[in-house]
Amino acid sequence: MSAATTTASAADKKKADFSIGRLLLEGRAFFALIAIIVVFSILSPNYLTISNLLIMSSHVAIYGILAIGMLLVILNGGIDLSVGSILALAGVSAGAMMQGLQIDAAGVILYPPVWAVVILTCVLGALVGAVNGVLVSIFKVPAFVATLGVMYVARGVALLMTNGLTYNNLSGRPELGNTGFDWLGFNRIAGVPISVIVLAVLAILGGLMLSRSAFGRWLYASGGNERAAELSGVPTRRVKITVYTLSGMLSAIAGLVLASQLTSAGPTAGVTYELTAIAAVVIGGAALTGGRGTMRGTMLGAFVIGFLSDGLVIIGVSSYWQTVFTGAVIVLAVLLNSLQYGGGRKR
Amino acid sequence: MSGPVNAAGEMTQDNPDAREVVLAARNVAKSYGQVHALKGVNFDIHRGQVTTLFGENGAGKSTLMKILSGVIQPTGGEIILDGQPVSFSNSTEARDRGISIIHQELSLAPNLSVRDNIFMGREIMGSTGVDFAEEERQTRKLMEELEENIDPLTPVEELRLGQQQIVEIARALSVDSRILIMDEPTSALSASEVEVLFKVIRDLTAQGVSIVYISHHLEEALTITDHAVVLRDGNMTAYAPRAEIDLEWIVRNMVGENYDLGSPPDTDMGQPALSVRNLTLPDPAGGFNLVDGLSLDVRAGEIVCIYGLMGAGRTELLETCAGRLRASSGEIVLEGKEISHLSIAERIARGLALVPEDRQRDGLVQTMSVGQNLSLASIASFTKGLFTQRRAEQSLIDASIREVTVKTSGPTAAIGSLSGGNQQKVVIGKMLATKPRVIMLDEPSRGIDIGAKAEVFRLLSEEARQGLAVIYSTSEVSECLSIAHRIIVMHKGRISAEFDSNVSKEKIMAASGESVAA
Repeated sequence: MSAATTTASAADKKKADFSIGRLLLEGRAFFALIAIIVVFSILSPNYLTISNLLIMSSHVAIYGILAIGMLLVILNGGIDLSVGSILALAGVSAGAMMQGLQIDAAGVILYPPVWAVVILTCVLGALVGAVNGVLVSIFKVPAFVATLGVMYVARGVALLMTNGLTYNNLSGRPELGNTGFDWLGFNRIAGVPISVIVLAVLAILGGLMLSRSAFGRWLYASGGNERAAELSGVPTRRVKITVYTLSGMLSAIAGLVLASQLTSAGPTAGVTYELTAIAAVVIGGAALTGGRGTMRGTMLGAFVIGFLSDGLVIIGVSSYWQTVFTGAVIVLAVLLNSLQYGGGRKR
Repeated sequence: MSGPVNAAGEMTQDNPDAREVVLAARNVAKSYGQVHALKGVNFDIHRGQVTTLFGENGAGKSTLMKILSGVIQPTGGEIILDGQPVSFSNSTEARDRGISIIHQELSLAPNLSVRDNIFMGREIMGSTGVDFAEEERQTRKLMEELEENIDPLTPVEELRLGQQQIVEIARALSVDSRILIMDEPTSALSASEVEVLFKVIRDLTAQGVSIVYISHHLEEALTITDHAVVLRDGNMTAYAPRAEIDLEWIVRNMVGENYDLGSPPDTDMGQPALSVRNLTLPDPAGGFNLVDGLSLDVRAGEIVCIYGLMGAGRTELLETCAGRLRASSGEIVLEGKEISHLSIAERIARGLALVPEDRQRDGLVQTMSVGQNLSLASIASFTKGLFTQRRAEQSLIDASIREVTVKTSGPTAAIGSLSGGNQQKVVIGKMLATKPRVIMLDEPSRGIDIGAKAEVFRLLSEEARQGLAVIYSTSEVSECLSIAHRIIVMHKGRISAEFDSNVSKEKIMAASGESVAA
């Protein structure tokens, strides 16, 4: 952590007094998660059981996957408000494909196998994300506005495709060879829900990309100072388009997981999920100005939000209070972020 | 005029030193962590007189001014206003006590009108909200005083830079300051605007306003000043009234006795490494070309200095060569190959590196560590397959730190913990790590102290000896006459003169369009 080294070199005398505070500040998302688990375990005997933790984790998976994409965009200094809508569009598109693609010219109805549905949906998400990326990087539309527009368009298209209705039967039919869509949402490997495994794999891949690949370094550099990165030979435009494309693709994956968990796909799914994803990234210690943030932090942030809201449900607190608590956690997180980065910076 | 007027001050008009002291600095010091920007500065500001601060870039002038005007707080010493120690926690407090500052960087809201900018934050309130008519009347009066034909309702963004500077000055005048600090007010003004400004300064001093003036234009400042304070590397090296000083005295105190940035190294000059042919870069806002049909050859092992005033087109020339800006016509040839269609990254890969002028804005990534900044431009060299190789990166960083002698607690230190000079060395080290054939440095000495400056120049000589072609730009004549084999003077986008290293300072300045006579 760069902030830690600054304090260490700046004031050796103060080091001893500060280290505990620093440790708490640096690992705040982790300690928050521990605190949440401890408090709810005391309040409810059912909270700290393997089965409950796994169920809660499968809820976290949706936000978590969105948050991975959001982290990439935020590291670049942007924001992606369209992830919730892309999630819904992806779910609805998958649903439409599962119901059969009617091709009038040939007079046939195509029933693509599930693997093809998954791939096509991911490609769709990536394409919508790429539109965001092109708008932001080439047409210089502010990220907030560009993704806000795409958020409305994607939601509108999802509503148009279904006329506002929900696809309820996504399990497919054996005679058409397209069964197995609910595998993502319901199956388990060694007792662990597939959705959690998907989240873990994506998080590890993303984490490796950020910390070890050249692309990760480009991303941190162009988020920290785009002009300097460009003059150092970083292809800043390509980086920008790539992060929005990846965010779109991850939203589509989250949409597939959600549709599979519910075995239905509705056009109104995922409303305000973009805000939850942003909250997870911020609670995880990333700076909205770009260039600072880690995959580990973001995952912790996603689990803090998920475990907190599920815990409140378990102990029977009104859902209105859940909203208040979540909001308070976000404000506190931003407060601590500014404390950490404000103290570490020289000018 | 506000504040008490001491009658004693009026009686001793003739002897400048005997005049009443309105503001005094006593042992004022400011440090940022390990970096000492100011060390124990002492001087007095007398009523109704002009005190000029002289010093090179990074000498601490702007820091001192910011302390006097309450923008930043000193870490040592005290400020004495009217005989009482004071401490301002922000610039509003200082303004309320009659001290205002005109910053070097303009602090205007470009979208607002001239009137709204002048009264920003202290609007005149009438019975029904802001009294715009009164504000407009006062603005008109100020513009008349400044002999500037600017309509108070014009948005500031539609004004020329020089006119914006006038608006900034008008804003400072409008608060009835007793002490007015001007940080390089003339840098964007035309000669006639400077004349007007000086007339305004004389009027103000006649009314008893004290002026603190900073300028890089020594001759110009000498015509207006009553006292001189000279700073060097954060220390005050001299303080004297106008009668006792001349240009030579200032320069000697500014740069020190043993001011030596080196001499041109003996190198084996090879083939032309970089050739520019008829390069033209139009001004996006219209007007004359920023780079106008310029041709230039630089050979391997040669050090070329580009001298010119602000706006001469130096930065534009270098950024066009580096690929940040696209030329409308002309050729850029690197070691025999035309490169003007290539991207920045491809040009770096072919061996053309730029160290940009503004290190904070274009050179460093503040969120990254020293090591990550050093390796940023050569990531490809330590990436194998999908992943970066930590050991290869580490050895590259260690080699860089050694080569450019960065003083740091380690490669993981935050970049902001370094001094200006060391930050500059990181930017240079970053580009040298790409193993360039040609390195272009835009004002490499900007904002770094004299020791670091000498080290940077020594480093460049050393690299040239190993066959690197070096181009650097500067706005300080003394830096032209150091390590450069050849000096190119730019004026309005063209080369106005070319000299070898034996030329005199006067000739260089004359060719740049600078008024030597002034």
